[in-house]
Amino acid sequence: MSKVEFNKETGPREVFCGLTSIVWLHRRMPDAFFLVVGSRTCAHLIQSAAGVMIFAEPRFGTAILEEKDLAGLADAHEELDRVVNDLIARRPEIKTLFLVGSCPSEVIKLDLATVAEKLNKRFFGQVRFVNYSGSGIETTFTQGEDGALKALIPLMGSSNEEKLLLVGTLANNVEDRFKKIFRNLGISNIESFPPRQSTELPKIGKNTKVLLTQPYLSDTVRDLKHRGCEIISAPFPLGIEGSTKWFLAAARAFNITELKVHEIISPLINRSKLALESHKEILKGKRLFLLPESQLEISLARFLHNECEMDLIEVGTPYLNKDLMKEEINLLPDNTKIVEGQHVEKQLDRVRESNPDLVVCGMGLANPLEAEGISTKWSIEMVFSPIHGIDQAADLAGLFSKPLRRNQILTSKTLVTH
Amino acid sequence: MELTLWTYEGPPHVGAMRIASSMKDIHYVLHAPQGDTYADLLFTMIERRGQRPPVTYTTFQARDLGGDTAELVKKNIKEAVDRFKPKTLLVGESCTAELIQDQPGALAKGMGFDMPIVNLELPAYSKKENWGASETFYQLTRTLLKDKVSSSDKISPLRWKELGRRPKVNILGPSLLGFRCRDDVIEIQRILSEQGIDTNVVAPLGASPDDIERLIDAEINICLYQEIAEASCEWLKRNFGMEYTNTIPIGIKNTINFVNEVHKKLDLPLTNKKELENKSKLPWYSKSVDSNYLTGKRVFIFGDGTHAIAAAKIAKEELGFAVVGLGTYSREMARQVRATAKDLNVEALITNNYLEVEDAIKKAAPELVLGTQMERHSAKRLGIPCAVISTPMHVQDVPARYSPQMGWEGANVIFDDWVHPLMMGLEEHLIDMFKHDFEFVDGHQSHLGHTATNTKDFLKSDNKKDNDHKESIIWTESGRAELTKVPFFVRGKVKTNTEKYAILRGIPEISDETLYDAKAYFS
Repeated sequence: MSKVEFNKETGPREVFCGLTSIVWLHRRMPDAFFLVVGSRTCAHLIQSAAGVMIFAEPRFGTAILEEKDLAGLADAHEELDRVVNDLIARRPEIKTLFLVGSCPSEVIKLDLATVAEKLNKRFFGQVRFVNYSGSGIETTFTQGEDGALKALIPLMGSSNEEKLLLVGTLANNVEDRFKKIFRNLGISNIESFPPRQSTELPKIGKNTKVLLTQPYLSDTVRDLKHRGCEIISAPFPLGIEGSTKWFLAAARAFNITELKVHEIISPLINRSKLALESHKEILKGKRLFLLPESQLEISLARFLHNECEMDLIEVGTPYLNKDLMKEEINLLPDNTKIVEGQHVEKQLDRVRESNPDLVVCGMGLANPLEAEGISTKWSIEMVFSPIHGIDQAADLAGLFSKPLRRNQILTSKTLVTH
Repeated sequence: MELTLWTYEGPPHVGAMRIASSMKDIHYVLHAPQGDTYADLLFTMIERRGQRPPVTYTTFQARDLGGDTAELVKKNIKEAVDRFKPKTLLVGESCTAELIQDQPGALAKGMGFDMPIVNLELPAYSKKENWGASETFYQLTRTLLKDKVSSSDKISPLRWKELGRRPKVNILGPSLLGFRCRDDVIEIQRILSEQGIDTNVVAPLGASPDDIERLIDAEINICLYQEIAEASCEWLKRNFGMEYTNTIPIGIKNTINFVNEVHKKLDLPLTNKKELENKSKLPWYSKSVDSNYLTGKRVFIFGDGTHAIAAAKIAKEELGFAVVGLGTYSREMARQVRATAKDLNVEALITNNYLEVEDAIKKAAPELVLGTQMERHSAKRLGIPCAVISTPMHVQDVPARYSPQMGWEGANVIFDDWVHPLMMGLEEHLIDMFKHDFEFVDGHQSHLGHTATNTKDFLKSDNKKDNDHKESIIWTESGRAELTKVPFFVRGKVKTNTEKYAILRGIPEISDETLYDAKAYFS
């Protein structure tokens, strides 16, 4: 393991909660509905993060708790029943309904598992109900997907067929590319989790080889292991290096030679390197500070340093699963400063002191930092853009070079903000 | 429990944040879990604020709940006070903290600080954003002025005469995330100043706690947005005898009424009454023959109470529209909206459910919708022109240009904003009528929504046009499939680039790989 410096910090945080992951999960599984059981704050959070207005009727919503629901839990269960009935009557196309716990539902100990069980009996054969928590007291941003996937595992059938299972939401076009490359490598049985339809869950068993596409799926990995799946240890497929090592790890698990992998992906690597050049020119030698949010920070830091030659000042991460991130941490340069957790004020002090060229941060902080003359890239874009794989390496670099390029065009660094 | 897919108003603590962020030298410690910081982006992204809201979130986690969350609150309060040195501290809770009952306000008061502390109790499970803003502004005003109540005589609106100076007024209610507040304040101050009236304090927008303490230096209060300021105006009236205005100066008639009301309250003679009618272009633009087609246009109105009521009056009396629907999401203003609706012979729609509003629009079949950003989307789906008149805020509602709703310039803005979508509607109609004429074969882009390009047609029609030099290039199935995955708005460019690349390299068949080769080549 390279000698990275681990630090922990606690204090006020500026990160999204796990509910936010509904924003991409509902797009991945168009036959599912995500019903948050929470407060007006939860509803407001999701609509603020998701741009809900463009949907005639979004496939997510909030059952907003009211005063009378807090008075008696029995009534709250009944009320939730009523809301679910209304919803299913209005939206008969729903095949899976996720009951998503929130901070208030967790604090009042609303038992969503029991509610789901009862509803499963009533709507047997029509709609399936699963529950998980996306609450901010337990989960950070992308961790919501971990909860949703973990909740689906008990519904997955068993099979001892040998297969490669890609775990973690990917953009559809990226997923198609990956599958094509794996087929070219000679792996024919490939499935994805989550699938594109919530009802088409892959079957799993002892010959299922799991390859993670996203670094925030600790609980899902644990439960897949319990089901006998083999977890392929690899860095994550961000950038050329990460993707190459990721393909190689999968190939090893299927006894495919390294030579074969290189034969297939070398042309991809070559053209991608070419495409990366113009971005590298801008990013090279620039100093980067990553604030914690998406949990992709360590992989991004690795890519931006190793392939784009940026200097790393600090790599924030909301939490650190050293086991899952082992391969990534090994690829980081020596003395990389990783900070797990956050004290947002102290961290911003460090940002200002270190005078970075680029800060990766949440939307709440981006404009205030820009107003101080510090270029930023907001991290939520990482979870909405197709950034995985060799072919996307230049696009990924582009997300970071664009703000710097823009800054070069608009020369004045500090502006009066209104 | 209420099923909500989208909501017009946030929770009440967001209202409190609006007050805190509008002001100077104030800090708000909010007992809240991780995730509630999303509200910062309302200010930094929608309003493009260059400063973070002055809010510290205690960020408690599940593991803290077993232990001492009260200690966590105190630690955060102390850190916030040390770091930000506010002149007044607001302390409150978001929905989840309300359930664990740490009483952060009481804790703060026990910490021995010198500054005034406002303990905000905003019931998250029964109230909403505007109520929270109103309550916060009221509690703040009360906290900062309550010591002056007994020592002060009732303030006469005529005091300016005794003091031998120009009359002074406060402008109360404008806040961040309020509809066009930034510009309304400028417009109203300009109008008052022209009449020889000085502005004492504008609050909460831009005010400090010191300014709040100075409120009683004015003779009367201008209640500019009832949703935010009425409770405070009422308290100032009860305790200091300060009169406040009720007329909201949106539209020509109500701007004139407003000027009259202010003069009457201050007993200031109004000398330029005749001039007032010509301060805005709206009356003449509305009268000019070009506007004849506006007569009797069916209009559906939905928004916050203040803007919906104002819009109804302008629509009917100043533009000659027929109001066929009127509603609000502001339950606090339901009574006034109902009264206005009754005068117009329509039934008021009081709801927080946008689908109900969409249904009502469908039923009323209007020719123009005046609503929030949500009604803009509903109207787009229904193919009806729409103008936005009210919060909730969208980045489009914070235009770079001066764009008030109130006063003379506000009336100009309203005329343009409401009439242009109708003109576009007319254009739409003409395009539809003439769509078979050869000039239109390529399909005009409708302002009401994209007629998104279908890839199959796209490939076909384009090939037909350019078949002289691209004839030899064939799109394979994988190439076509890949191209459909490209968003329609850049598909054309990707297609052209890929073909250019294929010609350059002498590639006869375009596969998905060619697409990516070309992408890498041109990037």
